[in-house]
Amino acid sequence: MSSNWVEVCAADDIDEEDVIRFDHEGRTFAVYRSPDDEYFATDGLCTHEHIHLADGLVMDDIIECPKHNGRFNYKTGQAKGAPVCVNLKTYPIKVEAGSVFIAIS
Amino acid sequence: MTTVPTKRDYSLLGRDAEMAVANGLAAAEWYHTEIPRKQMKELMKRDDGPAIRDTAIWLGSMVLFGGLGIFFWGTWFAVPFFLAYGVLYGSASDSRWHECGHGTAFKTMWMNDAVYQIACFMIMRNPVTWRWSHTRHHTDTVIVGRDPEIAVMRPPDLLRLVLNFFGIIDFWHALIDMVRNAFGVISPAEKTFIPEMERPKAILVARIWLAIYVTTIGLSVYLGSILPLMLIGLPRLYGAWHHVLTGLLQHGGLADNVIDHRLNSRTVLMNPVSRFIYWNMNYHVEHHMFPMVPYHALPKLHAMIKHDLPAANPSILNGYREMIPAFLRQLRNEDYFLKRDLPPTARPYREEFHSEPVAAE
Repeated sequence: MSSNWVEVCAADDIDEEDVIRFDHEGRTFAVYRSPDDEYFATDGLCTHEHIHLADGLVMDDIIECPKHNGRFNYKTGQAKGAPVCVNLKTYPIKVEAGSVFIAIS
Repeated sequence: MTTVPTKRDYSLLGRDAEMAVANGLAAAEWYHTEIPRKQMKELMKRDDGPAIRDTAIWLGSMVLFGGLGIFFWGTWFAVPFFLAYGVLYGSASDSRWHECGHGTAFKTMWMNDAVYQIACFMIMRNPVTWRWSHTRHHTDTVIVGRDPEIAVMRPPDLLRLVLNFFGIIDFWHALIDMVRNAFGVISPAEKTFIPEMERPKAILVARIWLAIYVTTIGLSVYLGSILPLMLIGLPRLYGAWHHVLTGLLQHGGLADNVIDHRLNSRTVLMNPVSRFIYWNMNYHVEHHMFPMVPYHALPKLHAMIKHDLPAANPSILNGYREMIPAFLRQLRNEDYFLKRDLPPTARPYREEFHSEPVAAE
């Protein structure tokens, strides 16, 4: 399966230890900047119910869903326990020339 | 013999459950007051400090009052100590179960989990079952046929409400559920909200709890004294009144089947003792709108968004003065509810839900 790199935003548009929502061609993604200044990307909706994770809270390597407080490791997509049971899909990400790009398959 | 169905079918497998899905009320998009992301992040920030302090006071007071109750056992001096112990056991556990279930009370997850398990045992709510039922309560708050935690159904069963001030109905149901789960049976209603992979955990907890209760009863029989049960089990009855007193105010008498927490939830300003026992859940509109905000930040959240909310009830008494007449009126007309007036500064939402013809003046 081929991937296209899609520009998301300027690297500085995301605060450290925070997340933004990125919509592209009818799909929604969550793009994270970790406390260590690394970038990650996952599907934008919680796997429990269709809630945008970008409204949630980033703590270290965890994203907490704003509706039911379900937690995922946004670096790996791993669901960390009830009420989330299904892992998040993650996407390759890179920063080039001050911009963030994610690879959408 | 035939039974006459009420207008509302609260069964999670019934007519209204199907209607809620068909009408788009299930897992709907709910109203939120707009808060800038930077301020929201500040509000959501987790901190172990307040919850460690409050938990130390809570459990420390239980040890103190329980100890004094044992010391004075057999005299009238024991009564006030058991009354205090009972409220900490049978009522403060309700809010601890709730906050730690959300995972917001402490920053450190194992602390949330530990207090959650202790509080669940005290309030007799299976930690697995109730985590999932509360998840549904937040998804479909007071949506008939979807929300498994509607405390006052319409028409209200006032006898049940009164008995529950002494924990009687809840205790009985909790006991039956525990024994049923301990024998490996998950009910059809529970199956609607507990995923299959989680059900063995619910059964395991029920078995552990049953063993604790059997041991406590055995100890009481062995000692020929009710004292062990006064410390474990019975406080769920004699100490339940405060959590019922505050809990009924959360949604009682307000609209159902609306997707705006400003209309179906109530914020009540309370005295500091009740707020400690209730862990600030008196800010109930705010909690439902933003469940990721920890209890200790709810007063700040309230101050920030009150321009967009109905006026808070100024006291518990004031809340009951509007709620009890609404319950009585619902006995004659179950469609009646208290319509919440939004302030002029508030944003309206889904107007069709705001203008029910039977709403209060």
